[in-house]
Amino acid sequence: MRITQGTFSFLPELSDEQISRQIEYSLEQGWAVSIEYTDDPHPRNTYWEMFGMPMFDIRDAAGIMGELASCRKTFPNHYIKVNAFDATRGRESLRLSFIVNRPPREPGFALVRQEGPGRALRYTTRAYAADRPEGERYSGP
Amino acid sequence: MSAVIEPPPPADPHGTGPLDLEAEYRHSQVAEVLDGLERDLIGLVPVKSRIRDIAALLLIDKLRSTLGLSAGAPALHMSFTGNPGTGKTTVALRMAEILHRLGYVRKGHLVAVTRDDLVGQYIGHTAPKTREVLKRAMGGVLFIDEAYYLYRPENERDYGQEAIEILLQVMENQREDLVVIFAGYKQRMDTFFHSNPGLSSRVAHHIDFPDYSCDELLAIAHLMLEQMHYRLSPDADGALREYIELRRGQPHFANARSIRNALDRARLRQASRLFERRGAPISRDELITIEAADIRASRVFAEERAHER
Repeated sequence: MRITQGTFSFLPELSDEQISRQIEYSLEQGWAVSIEYTDDPHPRNTYWEMFGMPMFDIRDAAGIMGELASCRKTFPNHYIKVNAFDATRGRESLRLSFIVNRPPREPGFALVRQEGPGRALRYTTRAYAADRPEGERYSGP
Repeated sequence: MSAVIEPPPPADPHGTGPLDLEAEYRHSQVAEVLDGLERDLIGLVPVKSRIRDIAALLLIDKLRSTLGLSAGAPALHMSFTGNPGTGKTTVALRMAEILHRLGYVRKGHLVAVTRDDLVGQYIGHTAPKTREVLKRAMGGVLFIDEAYYLYRPENERDYGQEAIEILLQVMENQREDLVVIFAGYKQRMDTFFHSNPGLSSRVAHHIDFPDYSCDELLAIAHLMLEQMHYRLSPDADGALREYIELRRGQPHFANARSIRNALDRARLRQASRLFERRGAPISRDELITIEAADIRASRVFAEERAHER
């Protein structure tokens, strides 16, 4: 099951050139771009690990694309997203965030049922990948 | 098989008609930059002619690429060598602008760094530090001042070598993303390049900044004063010429930088001279004029008189 999270997630995967154009746009707006990764696909998992430092005072997308290439090399089977943070007073939040890398196989989610008092049932979802410990979730067969 | 075999597309889709180099030249607005260079930078003939060559090459390359005659981006890493105060940093700033106008670098900003910004203090600190700087410089020009400090042959465990290796890698593989300019004093840069042959061969343009002549220094002084809204009285002009001639013979002469310092001191003396006779009305003319006495009070003349005695 393909995870959709952030901007452009219903579009086909962005090519490197498209990613670079999006970064270029963010830099033009004066947003600070950073790269984050995770292997926990749960939709409520919004705080991913940051790869390196948030990249302030970068003028050109080439610098960030280089960092992205090294992140992909380190975590080829993780989810990786690019964030653009707007530091304008009063805004101070992410303006753009999109997934740029995903595992080759995404097994999806199981529906978990919990029986409550009486005949009540609680439902939740659990990622099949989350059965394994962090770091090994998407590496095996 | 009845399918019509399409003829191969012509190799030259635009034909071989004449191309308008003049229009391209005007469009790139590089003329303005080159004129500005001629106007604001005095002397430096070899530097200017090299910049003209590079500008011409990039324009022709642009024209060639419209015909599909791509030759790949030329390597434009440079080294600027010359004595202190010969305008290396000023030219580097201009260079970033010229390369931007010509479309060689995408953003045209200049990131000026020295050894401290590139080399770390402990094992594993250097690589991230250097990469950080390179990341910032992407799309522009990286100016490494006093580059010879990067390499310390007397200490074989120095981390400078690591920074040089990372630089080399990026200079080679990402030459369309940034231009690296090394700057420093002539002799020390020569030893630096001599001990790093890989670096020397990846730097295409070695530009030497000559020392200024006396007339050029005087012209520079006039230009500086004009920018500061001052002018010299006729006597002061003669005094400044004498000053420059004397100062050139003395140790620690730093070309244009020494001239700037001398003018700053003359401004101080002019200010205190005007302050002395406060109470009397001061005209605009007096406010902007530097007199011969302001220059002649310099230590340089005092030392000269001491010699004569």
